[in-house]
Order: sequence, then C-alpha cells, then structure tokens
Amino acid sequence: MTQNRTSMLDRIWILAVWTFVGFFILNLAAIVGAVAVNSVATRWLGTWLPKAYTWHWYADAWSEFQLGNILTVTFEVVGAVVLLSGLLGVPAAYALSRRDFPGKKAVMLLFLLPLLVPPMTIGIPLATVLYRFGLGGTIWGVILANLVPSLPFVILITIPFIDQIDQRVEQAARVFGANTLRLFTHVLVPLLTPGILAALLLVLVRTIAMFELTFLTSGPTSQTLVVALYYAVSAAGVRAGQSVDAMAMIYMVTTLVWLVIALRFVNPTQIVGRQAAARD
Amino acid sequence: MTGAALPRRPGLRERLARRGLDGTTLLVLPAALAILALFVYPFIEGLVLSFLPKQGGPLANYAKFFGDPYLWKTIPTTLGLAIPATLANIALSVPVALRVRRMKRQRLLTTILVIPITLGTVLVAEGLLNYLGPQGWLNRTLMALHLIDRPVRLVHNYWGVLWSLVIAGFPFTFLLTLSYVSGIDPNLERAAATLGAGPRARFRTVLLPLMASGLAITFCLSFVQAFAVYPSAVLVGAPAGSTRVISIAAFQAAYEVYDDSLASSIAMIMAAIQLVIVVLVLAGRSLFYRGPAGGGKG
Repeated sequence: MTQNRTSMLDRIWILAVWTFVGFFILNLAAIVGAVAVNSVATRWLGTWLPKAYTWHWYADAWSEFQLGNILTVTFEVVGAVVLLSGLLGVPAAYALSRRDFPGKKAVMLLFLLPLLVPPMTIGIPLATVLYRFGLGGTIWGVILANLVPSLPFVILITIPFIDQIDQRVEQAARVFGANTLRLFTHVLVPLLTPGILAALLLVLVRTIAMFELTFLTSGPTSQTLVVALYYAVSAAGVRAGQSVDAMAMIYMVTTLVWLVIALRFVNPTQIVGRQAAARD
Repeated sequence: MTGAALPRRPGLRERLARRGLDGTTLLVLPAALAILALFVYPFIEGLVLSFLPKQGGPLANYAKFFGDPYLWKTIPTTLGLAIPATLANIALSVPVALRVRRMKRQRLLTTILVIPITLGTVLVAEGLLNYLGPQGWLNRTLMALHLIDRPVRLVHNYWGVLWSLVIAGFPFTFLLTLSYVSGIDPNLERAAATLGAGPRARFRTVLLPLMASGLAITFCLSFVQAFAVYPSAVLVGAPAGSTRVISIAAFQAAYEVYDDSLASSIAMIMAAIQLVIVVLVLAGRSLFYRGPAGGGKG
C-alpha cells in the first residue's frame, strides 16, 4: 500500500486488531492444550502440569467407546453429505443466479428457510418423520438429516460467486455452440472452483461438527464421533476424565486431518482475492 | 424465405424461455425436491402435530408453554445468549477480516482460526471445562498475577456458554466475512483513495455498502447457530437455571417426557422467533446495494 503517513490512531487500531487475534489464538491453544495434557496425565490435580504421563488412556478410550466403528460411520456420513450437496447444490445455484422465472422468490425462500430455522427445531419433527419411514437411527437417516442445512448452504454460498462471473463469458461460449453441460465443465466449473471448494469445505467441517441433527436422528449404530463425544462428556464421572479427553483428542486429530488435507488444495479465504491479485 | 412475410406464433419452448423457463432453470429442481421432502414436509408434519396435544384443545400446548414461566422464560434466556454472541462475533470479524485480506500469507492464520469450527461446541465445551475450571490454567494465571484471590467461577453459568459461543462462532463468522471482503476488488478502494478518501471514509462509503449484503447473510447464519445452542448450554452452562435455553426445553419434551406434540410446539415457537429476526435483517439488506463487487474490466 502507498500510505506512508499512517496516523497514530490507525496504528493503535491495527495493534488492537492483532492483539485481539493473538489473545484469541492463545486462549484457543490453552483450551486445546488443556484437553491434550489431561489426555496423557496419570493424575492432574492442583498443579500447573500433571506429575506423570501415560498413553494408556488412548487404548482405553478406543476400546471403551468402540471408536473404530464410530470413525467409519463418521467418514461415510461426511463423504455422502458433501457429495450430494455439491451435486445438487451447484447446478441449483447456477439456475438461481442466471435465470429469472416465475416463482423464483418462492424457490429462494425454500433454500433460505432451512438455514434460518435452527437445527434443533427441524431435527425434532424430521426425526419423527424419518422413524416413520424406517430411516430413523440408520446411517441414511443421519445423511438425509445433514443434507437439510448443507444443501442450502452450498447454494447460498455459491450464488454470489456465480453473480461475480461476467455473463458475457458464458454468452461467448454459447455463441461458439457450447451446450449447458459443456458450459458447466469447460467454463463455469474452472471459474467457480474456488467458490465450490470453499462451499464444500465449509459443508465438510460443518457436517463433522454438526451435533444437533445427528444427535436427534442417530441410533446406537449410526453415531458420529461428535455425538459419541457428547455422550462421553455428559456422562462425566462414569468414566475417567482422561479417557474422555483421549477420545476428544482422537476426534480433534480426525477433523484436523480432514481440514489440513482440504487446505492443501484451497485456501477458503483467498477465494476471489487470489484471482484479483493474479490479474494485476 | 417466407418467415418474414408471415408472422409465426412462437412455439411453447420459446414462450417458456422468454419467461426464464428453459433447460437451465430445471437444474434447480433436484435440490428443490430434496428440500421439500426433508424440510418442508417434516415441518408441516410438526406444525400439524403441535395442534394435536395429548390433552385439551388444539392450542393447549401453546397455552401451556406461555403459561409456564419454566418454559416461556427459555426465550429471553436464549436470545440473551445468542444476540450478544452473534453481534460480538461480527464486530470482531469485520476489522480482522479487513486486515487479513491484505496479508500475503493468510494460510497459517486462517488455518488456526478454522480449527474451532472443526472442533465444534462439544469439544470446545470439554476444553473450557478444563481451561476455565477452578483448577484451570486461566484461574491459575489470574491468581499468579494477583488479580484475584481465589478461583473465579467461569463455567457452569451464563459466561461459560457465552465464551463457548464466541470461541466456536467467531472463526465461522470470520471466514464468511473474509470471503465476502475478499470478493471486493481492491481497485475500488484504491480509486477512492486516489480521490482523497481516508481509511474511515473508504470503509463507510465503499467497503461497508459492498459488504452489507454479505454481512446480513453472515449475521443470519451465525445467529441460527447461536440460537440452536444445545451441547454447550448443557455441558458448560447451568442447564437447570441461567442457561436453560429453548433447545433444552424442546429436547426434554421430546426425549424425556416423550410428548412429541409439546416438543413440536416448542420447535414451532423457536422457528417463529428465528423467522422474525431473520426477516428483519434481510428486509434491511434490501436497502443496500447488491451487485458485482469485482472491477468492470472483465
């Protein structure tokens, strides 16, 4: 930037912003650190750090909570939700961005409502309906329930990205004889990749952490990791706190691996800025 | 040819296309059907069920909810948590996002800040129990600094839940805000700077109007998450007292009292409150500019 004469007030402001960021990260590290330290502590009472360390809580947690099965279910649910919401959501977002048709406002409202209604609200009637169709407590029930916020989320996040693509690019492709499918694969998807990946990435992390809907619709064989963790934490006292924290660490590592993999391919926040920078 | 001489009535396909209905429009159908089946249908079921109480007339459930302070007081309790948390998250996100978008190396910071999203409220709650507890590091630090004499109670009350909403909600709000802010062409701001606008004037007259639409959506998405607070209200709050949020009342009706009808009524009341707030925000959004935030050089 070209501002050499940054005023004192601005500098204080910038300092305040970064102080907040630093403070936030410090607290975050302490929250995660407390769980991590406790999960390897033999006993931790009344001191800064435990007196001795052990790994055995992890083996305990793995067998006690049957984490192998729970992890498999979690990956199946998340994969299916991301795939389905992307396949259904991106074309719908394109149609909504580019066409004005009778009833468009009603359709927009249809996609807005699931995001505006809290998961707890829709979860209770949805669970009733899923049980009536024999899907309650099954993995398919959990996947369908998780589509309710994910699909509209993909649509809503993708629409502004499509809005920002110049219509003339598409018109040019149409003039040269591209049909809708070719338009999608050769023009839109490459241009939209940052937007789609960002939307799907957010869906991925939201689905892993989506507690309420999974909690209300899952049964004993279709629990995801976060629901199993909730039961473990809320039953504190039944099992050793360290064992619960070991499970929390396994949950954390699992989700962070997904996140790091995703971030290798896209930085969700550089989305359009990167294109602008590349153009300069 | 003769086509020019004799005006032909356009075919059905053409007439539909003129109204915006063509192959492209149909792409919206699969998603719309999925939401109709998974959201609208269960919702209508729930609404009907709420008027079929176990005992009494059609409105008995609603009369029960608003007649019992133990039930209706969950509304102010939930709003008292969700609104401050959402406003704080947005107020914190905007300045940080405006700073961060200029950084060349955002990856480390955004990776760190995205972590609480992947953790979710359940893990944050478990972490807060350790970190903010009477023997936790925060109380120890404050005591070591002689700011307090004895441990302060930070969990199992209102503040524990509010912290958990900020810790888990800020990164989500921040990422959304940053994606909207990054979509604004920096040239627009440079143009304003060339014309002599200072940082504050640029924020007020260029950035804020361009962000307003995105911020309104961000507010709605963040508020929904905070309003649905359940796990942390149970785990780090006082679920029988100061953080007895409306979700807890709905859950207890459904899975502890097994009164599906009353649970549906509470769910409908939650939905109504949500709608009122969201409609207000989105109505305000339509007052602002909405259109491309990129430059016009295509």
